Amino acid sequence: MLRFIVRRVLGAIPVLFGLSVILFLFLRLLPGGGPAVAILGQHATPQLIAQINETQGFDHPLYVQYLDYLGRLFRGDFGASVIDGRTVAESFAIRFPATVELTIGALIFAVGLGIPLGRLAARHPNSWIDGVVTAISLFGISIPVFVLGYTLTFFFAVQLHWLPAFGQIDPRLNVPPVTHFAIIDALLAGNWYVVDAVAHLILPSIALGSIPLAVITRITRASVIDVSNEDYVRTARAKGLTDRRVNSRHIMRNAWLPVTTVIGLQVGALLAGAVLTETVFTWNGVGSWVVTSIQNHDYIVVQSLILIFATIFLTVNLIVDVGYAFLNPRIRYS
Amino acid sequence: MAALPGSVAVVPTRRISRGLWHDAARRLLRNGPAIVGIVFIAFFVIAAILAPIIAPYSPTACTLSDGIHGPSPAHIMGTDLQGCDEYSRVLYGARISLTVGITAVFFGLVGGVLVGAIAGGAGGIVDGVLMRIIDVLLAVPGILLAIGIVAWLGHGEIQIVLAVGVSYAPIFARLLRGSLLALRESDYVIAARSMGASPVRILLRHMLPNALTPLIVQATLAAATAIIDVAGLGFLGLGPGDPRVAEWGEMLTDSARFLQNAPYLILFPGAAIVISAIGFNLLGDGLREALDPRLKR
Repeated sequence: MLRFIVRRVLGAIPVLFGLSVILFLFLRLLPGGGPAVAILGQHATPQLIAQINETQGFDHPLYVQYLDYLGRLFRGDFGASVIDGRTVAESFAIRFPATVELTIGALIFAVGLGIPLGRLAARHPNSWIDGVVTAISLFGISIPVFVLGYTLTFFFAVQLHWLPAFGQIDPRLNVPPVTHFAIIDALLAGNWYVVDAVAHLILPSIALGSIPLAVITRITRASVIDVSNEDYVRTARAKGLTDRRVNSRHIMRNAWLPVTTVIGLQVGALLAGAVLTETVFTWNGVGSWVVTSIQNHDYIVVQSLILIFATIFLTVNLIVDVGYAFLNPRIRYS
Repeated sequence: MAALPGSVAVVPTRRISRGLWHDAARRLLRNGPAIVGIVFIAFFVIAAILAPIIAPYSPTACTLSDGIHGPSPAHIMGTDLQGCDEYSRVLYGARISLTVGITAVFFGLVGGVLVGAIAGGAGGIVDGVLMRIIDVLLAVPGILLAIGIVAWLGHGEIQIVLAVGVSYAPIFARLLRGSLLALRESDYVIAARSMGASPVRILLRHMLPNALTPLIVQATLAAATAIIDVAGLGFLGLGPGDPRVAEWGEMLTDSARFLQNAPYLILFPGAAIVISAIGFNLLGDGLREALDPRLKR
């Protein structure tokens, strides 16, 4: 098992190196007169350009710049925003909790609804129930998060006033930011403020969770049907075991394997989807930060955020692979 | 099955195979959901082609004073913030969304097939290097890679095609390489090799045609996500960059601020994206079943 983990961790390292080279070149080879002009705009004064070249080291030879960049990455220095001067690490620490909250919310929605729906459809294959479930998942993968987000906002916030339309918590509550997780901060503040924080999380979670919901539903359905046709399931039934016991002990135990893998893979889709969802719901996380940084030509931030997103994505995939090997001995020993 | 005593004869199967594509087309046309998908796609293709004829207004002839009027006989989908006819813009938007989305997938497919065929065909160190590059590209999740590329290349339709295409190419490359590796050990490839066929001939004549079907299915499904991704880029302000060009995603950005008064400005372009994506998803699923009869239960 340890060898498997070590092998997988070592496999991720060249990928991150490769990505660091590409992202390094992304910033240095920006079209339109080099990085300084791209960051400052066409009307920058020569003094400003000279200044940024000086501070960022853009006038050094490329290989020196790359080694310097790599050295800073190893020290956890991801550069600073040219807009507000804050370091990426500093802003990331404030914004990342919001993205984590949103991602967990979306996962709870997708897994909590997707697995029961998939099992339901698998129990009645080719029935009208199956048809409805298939239609839901088709819709889920076909609707962009921003279209679903605004549709939900229109019905549940604008028309019905049941849920808030944007933000993580009502600013009038003056909840002091301690952990930057809105729900935890609200819990710490007491007064049932947490209800407000959870209410803010519902619509974004549904919007972001729609694609994972569709994928998880589909794979659960397929996996359960697949396992249900196995000989050992027939044997179990023939032995006279109750339906419940066959379902829990024989079918679901084996059907879980592909489902867990897919859930892990969906984390990547969630990170990418957060970029759009956070923009729709003015959610102050890392996703909306990517968008504002691009709009502000804050390329150093963009560069670092893509690298951070990829690192998180690779790490999650690694955990999923290890977890899968843990659940399924056939993988571990091959 | 043995003929029962007294029965005349076992009815021979009348169906004669006429080759993979013919059979697949027939299976596809018997698949209800796939037909629905084809109809949805055809609807938007026709809308895109005929937009200049059927659109009641020019998408750029707008009167500011007519802004944000609800659907009426004169403007069946209402007017947007600039007073443009929403129906005409949705029709013209089909041109951008479909052409950019499909071209992007096509571009990604060509790039992916080239890389995948070289990697899967050559093997060894070439395969190792190419696959590491693919791994790097796949490490950036989903639309984020396209966002990064557009941020780098700047606005424009060709830039979007490149960005979305590059983000899809690794998926196709890896898929094709996987099938090629599996085919390498198949009996007919070993037979061709032992008869002295050159590696290039084996790759082009024997392996590629047999590795094609999963690519066709994947490309069709990718067209659905590409349309959504292109709209997503437009929504984030990374679209064609020309306000005169009607693009579904970009149309949604401005309208969002007027959700309360003008929900129809979200509804119509939103529905256009959803319906065209559903079309490609249904067709893709149908093609999967039609091209791989083993899947049929």
